[in-house]
Amino acid sequence: MYPPNFDYVAPTSLDEALAALAGAENTKVLSGGMSLIPLMKMRFVRPTTVVDISRIPGLDDVTDDGDHITIGAMVRHATTASHPLVQEHASALAEAANGTADLLVRNRGTTCGSLALNAVAADQPGAALALNATMHAASVRGTREIAAADFFLDAMTSALAPDEILTKITIPKGGVSTYRKLGRRGGSSDYPIAAAAVWVDVSDGSVSDARIALNGVSSTPYLAVGSAEALVGSDGSADAIASAASHATDGVNVLEDLYATVAFRTHLAGVYVRRALEDVLA
Amino acid sequence: MEVSITVNGAKHSSEVEPRLLLVHYLREVLGLTGTHVGCDTGYCGACTVIVDGIPIKSCSMLTVQADGCEVRTVEGVANGPELHPVQEGFWECHGLQCGFCTPGMIMSSVALLERNANPSETEIRQGIEGNLCRCTGYHNIVKSVQYAGAKMRGEDPKGASSEVAS
Repeated sequence: MYPPNFDYVAPTSLDEALAALAGAENTKVLSGGMSLIPLMKMRFVRPTTVVDISRIPGLDDVTDDGDHITIGAMVRHATTASHPLVQEHASALAEAANGTADLLVRNRGTTCGSLALNAVAADQPGAALALNATMHAASVRGTREIAAADFFLDAMTSALAPDEILTKITIPKGGVSTYRKLGRRGGSSDYPIAAAAVWVDVSDGSVSDARIALNGVSSTPYLAVGSAEALVGSDGSADAIASAASHATDGVNVLEDLYATVAFRTHLAGVYVRRALEDVLA
Repeated sequence: MEVSITVNGAKHSSEVEPRLLLVHYLREVLGLTGTHVGCDTGYCGACTVIVDGIPIKSCSMLTVQADGCEVRTVEGVANGPELHPVQEGFWECHGLQCGFCTPGMIMSSVALLERNANPSETEIRQGIEGNLCRCTGYHNIVKSVQYAGAKMRGEDPKGASSEVAS
């Protein structure tokens, strides 16, 4: 199926790309295209101009920047999944990337593209929330930083403006994290029916800080604040974990679809928070 | 737009619309109909080709994105009349039934064996994760890849494909 007609530009510098986005109505940024191209084929989106950022040098690096790591806009899922820096400092994101779609899609699709799109149930936005990632957006108007907690607004909606490019994300080092999901096909691939990304910092035998994010449970990923509150200050025991898991869907509008009822998905949310926490606190 | 793409070693310069998908460029402009259009949504992997050494789904890539790239399709894997070991493995181990998924399966398998000469059964299954087959249950496909791997390593391929768990 052919997508509708569009104008295509493939700039070789960020400034040119930003100018192209600012200078046209109804534009879309193309990185790996694993979501945008199918969406265009199905006529869910019909951009007049597609700005391909894959030929801009310097966007495909994962770097160690002292107290944080940086993942560029063109870093593909396969790289995020296997890169030693991501595995060491942001293992929840590496695991989420490794479970994104299938190998062929991971070879093309990008982490930043997945975050910018915020597809319902997508794996990596949950991990970005738990890891307290900072989103770096650029436009002709300048650059700005957006906290992950302020970035994922609703299904298929992020805080990016139409003329902005998510040029990179940064993730602070420290703590330990993991990602656990139930995939639709029973394994780790494909969109999750429910998934938990957890990050904890433990000192002197007690949990000094925690962030627990869920995706696939509601229309957009969210931080389970009650779960984190139940855990912080505790010894990370089975009781503390059970208490945290019991707050996984507090105040959340849980999705119902052909994969799970509200009751089952609510149950799964608790199960996956518990399993993820058992893993990082073992 | 003018694109220049090397396909199976031959350089092609073509004028294409930005919306032309790579799979349609291969099939309709170059006449290389070995690459199949299956689901056309990015799920099934029948359209898998290797772009700059990496297996990808050509129904979800624009031809203009492949400008300057080196593309390999199923037509390019054999050495003249001599089958590629992966093709031979699919032949010997009955790795296909209807054959529709086979070009994509072969390209994913070729790419897998190029980066991992001796994959375990699990690694083979992970390597063809993006390719759906509705006939075989994958069992004989895994055997076919084991056969090909053994042959490419210079081992006896007939012995290699018998250890797959049912």
